[in-house]
Amino acid sequence: MSGHVVSVRTNITIFVALLILLFATVGAAYLPLESLHLPLALTIAAAKAVLIGLFFMHLYYRHHLTWIVSVASLLWLGILLALTLSDYLSRGWLDIPGK
Amino acid sequence: METVTTHRASGPPASPNDEPILEEQFDDLEQQHEASSVGMWVFLATEVMFFGGLIAAYTVYRATSPREFALASQHLNVGLGCLNTVILLGSSLSMALAVRAAQLQSRRNLLWFLAITAALGVCFLGVKAVEYYQEYREHLIPGLNFQIPAQVVAKSTRLPLDPRRFEMFFVLYFFMTGLHAFHLIVGIALVSVMALLTWRRWLSGSGETQIEVTGLYWHFVDVVWVFLYPLLYLIDVQS
Amino acid sequence: MSAVAVEFKEDYLQAYRLKSWLLTTDHKRIGLLYMASITFFFFVGGAAATIMRLELMTPKGDVLSSPDAYNRLFTIHGVVMIFFFLIPSIPAVLGNFLIPLMIGARDLAFPILNLLSWYILMIGGSIAIGVLIFGGVDTGWTFYTPFSTMFSNTMVVPAATAVFITGFSSILTGLNFIVTVHTMRAPGMTWFRLPLFVWALYATSLIMVLGTPVLAISVALVAVERLLHVGIFDPALGGDPILFQHLFWFYSHPAVYIMVLPGMGVVAEIVPCFSRRPIFGYKLIAFSSVAIAVLGFLVWGHHMFVSGQSMYAGMIFSFLSFMVAVPSAIKVFNWTATMYKGSIRLDTPMLYALGFIGLFTMGGLTGLMLASVGIDVHVHDTYFVVAHFHYIMVGGAVMAYLGGIHFWWPKLSGRMYPELLGKLSALTVFIGFNLTFFPQFVLGYLGMPRRYYEYPAEFQVLNVLSTAGASILAVGYVLPLAYLLFSLRWPPDAGPNPWRASGLEWQTDSPPPVHNFEEIPIVTRGPYQYSPEGAEAIDGNGDDASR
Repeated sequence: MSGHVVSVRTNITIFVALLILLFATVGAAYLPLESLHLPLALTIAAAKAVLIGLFFMHLYYRHHLTWIVSVASLLWLGILLALTLSDYLSRGWLDIPGK
Repeated sequence: METVTTHRASGPPASPNDEPILEEQFDDLEQQHEASSVGMWVFLATEVMFFGGLIAAYTVYRATSPREFALASQHLNVGLGCLNTVILLGSSLSMALAVRAAQLQSRRNLLWFLAITAALGVCFLGVKAVEYYQEYREHLIPGLNFQIPAQVVAKSTRLPLDPRRFEMFFVLYFFMTGLHAFHLIVGIALVSVMALLTWRRWLSGSGETQIEVTGLYWHFVDVVWVFLYPLLYLIDVQS
Repeated sequence: MSAVAVEFKEDYLQAYRLKSWLLTTDHKRIGLLYMASITFFFFVGGAAATIMRLELMTPKGDVLSSPDAYNRLFTIHGVVMIFFFLIPSIPAVLGNFLIPLMIGARDLAFPILNLLSWYILMIGGSIAIGVLIFGGVDTGWTFYTPFSTMFSNTMVVPAATAVFITGFSSILTGLNFIVTVHTMRAPGMTWFRLPLFVWALYATSLIMVLGTPVLAISVALVAVERLLHVGIFDPALGGDPILFQHLFWFYSHPAVYIMVLPGMGVVAEIVPCFSRRPIFGYKLIAFSSVAIAVLGFLVWGHHMFVSGQSMYAGMIFSFLSFMVAVPSAIKVFNWTATMYKGSIRLDTPMLYALGFIGLFTMGGLTGLMLASVGIDVHVHDTYFVVAHFHYIMVGGAVMAYLGGIHFWWPKLSGRMYPELLGKLSALTVFIGFNLTFFPQFVLGYLGMPRRYYEYPAEFQVLNVLSTAGASILAVGYVLPLAYLLFSLRWPPDAGPNPWRASGLEWQTDSPPPVHNFEEIPIVTRGPYQYSPEGAEAIDGNGDDASR
């Protein structure tokens, strides 16, 4: 009835990896990266989220239904952001005021 | 498919309630466990969309007013935010170990790890309270006592700056971290209740499903913070 | 209790204490609780509509004291009809009742959450009724900013609170359905043996779960802006009002699919039964349901073509809106093809289903017209839009709901309804509906704006026709309430399968026992085991003898 039992070693390894990524995020914020800051920060945050999801939340050990639910939720957030931004970023492309 | 493995501690069962109770709508324990787990994941999907609405607002305003947001972000305490992230990641570790303890039917470890998780959650709230108080002192709470800081006013004479978008950052900051803190409070309450029920031997079985489902919620609250920290605190740390 | 072993033959209606209804976790009783609630809310929303139509009989504002009163009426009409009637209707009444029966389960996955979702609806609904009693709200059900946040003098925050709370009812129902369908199907009930009603409700649940939270955040932000006077959407305070519309419509467009998809599911059950033919294109309809749910999330900007949204975003949304019509059209073609060479019986449920197919098609085609940016610029915010969505919501969803109630009434109550009255009501609804709403297409095209209580005199004839239609429609709605309630006075002797329909829900008693099935069935065949040749000859299981 139970799922896979994750070893203490795995748990601690993931935690250490998360801490390393955290310090990487903070460190990278002080580097002169200009417009790369945001994509880099989001990538590192995504990596942390993936580690938490795969190992702490046991996605690595479960079958595909929970995978689909977690991926779908992120996809839907993506839809909200992408299509909303498509409005804001394309305003002013035509030289018509207000369009 | 997941492998079904049960690891039992050696010796007689710890309590008469060794087998989880099967609710009558389910055919067997595996179906019940599956349903609980999928149910919590679907609930987390709704939470992703709930925070997602705020993230959409944040995205739109940051995209259209990057400078104001960068300036505003510099008034947050990067160090305290980092400390809070460490605390929350640590609480996720202890929660994962609690789930493991429940799976191994190790009641004492389970109680300890649940207690540590809740305690770390409370520490997070304490640090957050310190930050909020600091923001209160610096007149950065919209709707309460918001005043544009003097150096920002000085900057805005040199570069075009919309003070209303500067305030917008703080509206979103307080709403997003406030909503996160609310979810964390619910999580702490949930973990504490689970600890109490475990201590009173009230949970059927070793509480494996219940603790796992609590863990999923707790890790989700952690993941939200993992994104909030860089988005709110690390926009532009150099002045 | 007697010493002799008593046969466990108690059906779920044998419950005479208030506690056994208010504290029930039986999905069937919860379905009935919902039915009572939404019927109440339907008549509240209908009363608002009645007063509006009375006002609109004359070009001048003479029934109401002020235009403000009219604003409050159309707002409460929209809020109550959408959030407290249409969204819960088929899912919470028929879905709750039927899904466990149709998949061969004893209940939903989370029965206590199911009861909780009804209580949440009642709490939100009470707040909404309170808002109504204490003066109402005048922003329209769409709560557009900055009027709702900065300028309206009505109970916006309580109304927003009611909507916020009620959203969780929807979310919990959707969550319950998704988990139940994934994990609790009977042995042998594969995905492609599920009735299409279940597919439709599964797709609806996806929308409920993924869209409603964004509505919650958008009304919460409205409340924050209104209470704290901070600029989130108010342009004077640096906000962007279009952002509210993006967040609001991100939910509210998929919401219309929450309202119509279950109706499509009901039609997919009724048409094969009353044509005695298996459904044409089962997999296409199943996949179309999911496609509608997914594509429905990509089109919300078509409500915002003239709002200030960028032209390029408008074009993208327009194109995607054309795409979302395709799966709906596939369904219409498949239902129609199902009837071809069938042995058609025009019983009341079938009349409602046929009405749905015709009226939904008209509503859908006018939706395509609205999806074209050029046409929309002309008819946006006119009665053309009002007619379009009423064709879908009333001509579509409400007719499907009534059809479903009639189709499954013998299962719900153990009694048959009076067939002649049923047919008469269906006809009355159809005639009343078209007389009410078809003139509104013309009115909109001619330029009459919506949400106005006065209009130029040349529009009066069409408005009078519309009001006349509304009075007929009202009769059509009151009749079923009367005769369905009256039918409860008869003994429950409809039998397990009076329609000789196919489906697990018809394999158990009418009304079903508390635990649904004496023994969990093992499924070996697909749904829709109908054939027109066997229409008259039936075997003991209620299937056509030729199978």
